[in-house]
Amino acid sequence: MGKQILTEVDVRRALVRVAHEIIERNHGVQDVVLVGLRTRGVPLARRLAHLLADLETTTVPLGELDITLYRDDLDVHSLQPVVRLTDIPVSLTGKKVILVDDVLYTGRSVRAALDALMDFGRPQSIQLAVLIDRGHRELPIRPDFVGKNVPTSRDEDVRVHLTEIDGCDEVVITKPDEEV
Amino acid sequence: MNRKDVLDLDDFTPDEISLVLETADAMKEVLSRPIRKVPPLRGKTVVILFYEASTRTRVSFELAAKNLSADVVNISASTSSVTKGESLVDTIRTLQALGADIMVIRHSQSGAPYLVAQHLAGSVINAGDGWHAHPTQALLDMYTVREKLGSISGLKVTIVGDILHSRVARSNIWGFTKMGARVTLCGPPTLLPVMGRNGGSGEIPEVDVEYDIRKALADADVVMGLRIQKERQEGGLLPSLREYVQLFQLTADRIALAKPGALVMHPGPMNEGIEIAPDVAYCTQSVIEEQVANGVAVRMALLYLLAGHRGGRV
Repeated sequence: MGKQILTEVDVRRALVRVAHEIIERNHGVQDVVLVGLRTRGVPLARRLAHLLADLETTTVPLGELDITLYRDDLDVHSLQPVVRLTDIPVSLTGKKVILVDDVLYTGRSVRAALDALMDFGRPQSIQLAVLIDRGHRELPIRPDFVGKNVPTSRDEDVRVHLTEIDGCDEVVITKPDEEV
Repeated sequence: MNRKDVLDLDDFTPDEISLVLETADAMKEVLSRPIRKVPPLRGKTVVILFYEASTRTRVSFELAAKNLSADVVNISASTSSVTKGESLVDTIRTLQALGADIMVIRHSQSGAPYLVAQHLAGSVINAGDGWHAHPTQALLDMYTVREKLGSISGLKVTIVGDILHSRVARSNIWGFTKMGARVTLCGPPTLLPVMGRNGGSGEIPEVDVEYDIRKALADADVVMGLRIQKERQEGGLLPSLREYVQLFQLTADRIALAKPGALVMHPGPMNEGIEIAPDVAYCTQSVIEEQVANGVAVRMALLYLLAGHRGGRV
């Protein structure tokens, strides 16, 4: 079953704190655009957008990014990942883009996301917000906002469950021989 | 998609067709971006080899491959060593030695792409072979219908024209019936294949045959016109083009017999005034130009899906 390392309440508190940190670091939310990485980065970005809207009474634009076409491992998978839709509703030129993902691990997904975002304009800056940082970076990528740092070993698996997709909010660590 | 080649739709499962159409959705979004380019085929070489003339399909494939960052070589047989008598197999072997990873081939002989697929280690896409198949046209036709009408299952699709000589019709018959639509063929009896007249049997999809254009179009959701070649008249298959026009031309009052909002489609190029009246070709129900635009997205989807096959080394 794996070990639950974040409960529903923990997830909510982490997101609230991250929302405050975003506002603090950017001195408000002017020119901020949230972009969620498919799949679970998208509902997380949506929740952050709501929190930011509550705290700053401003609507923050929200985009959804699918990085499948930018991956560096397309030939390694025997089952080809299905390409889903990307929807970036505003121009990113001059904007402070905040990439949102559930788990930061090797950093390759973020690298792919950076390549994709550059094709949508010239952002003023790109910041990274993740719910979980599990270490083991293979590229020089670092997060700006972290929900929780979770040291893991390479054979472990960190799964984020979100109500919008999985029916509940939690973060679970599993070892390879366990089932989720 | 677990296949090396795309030669016809007869061996596609409905799931595979759905996968292509869904992937084409994502590719269409890429085409709407300020920079219409993504990297999955970077470093791959796509060779486009056409033994027959074409505007749409050739350019469509070239743009599709370039949008995926592939290197593209576009060859027409009339300006290659084919004119010196080089055989198809030798041409393929040469192009393979030059580094072709994916080949897109159009040939006047039915079955030629199958021969190419046997001799090429890389993937082969059939861009039209003789009268036999034009799978990418059928896929983009289905994509257009799905985009406009929501789904393909349960629709009445009527194809009007020279069905006998049409690879577009054949591939569309396979594709639309696999996805649950009902296909009606309409045209002069001399231009309808025998199988069609006898209905479906065994593995061949079941289609309806209707020689009366008004019955064929009644309540149709999709009306697809096919080009009538003037040579058919010379070959004795048509008494005159005027008779074809009188009996089968897609005119506004005939289109009105179809369902309201029915789509008017044509693979192009059109003979306006023969198989289709000009006002119908450009009416609000016509999606002919969208078919062309969708062709790039669908071909991008196919190239992407094929490149990922069997460790495609993208």
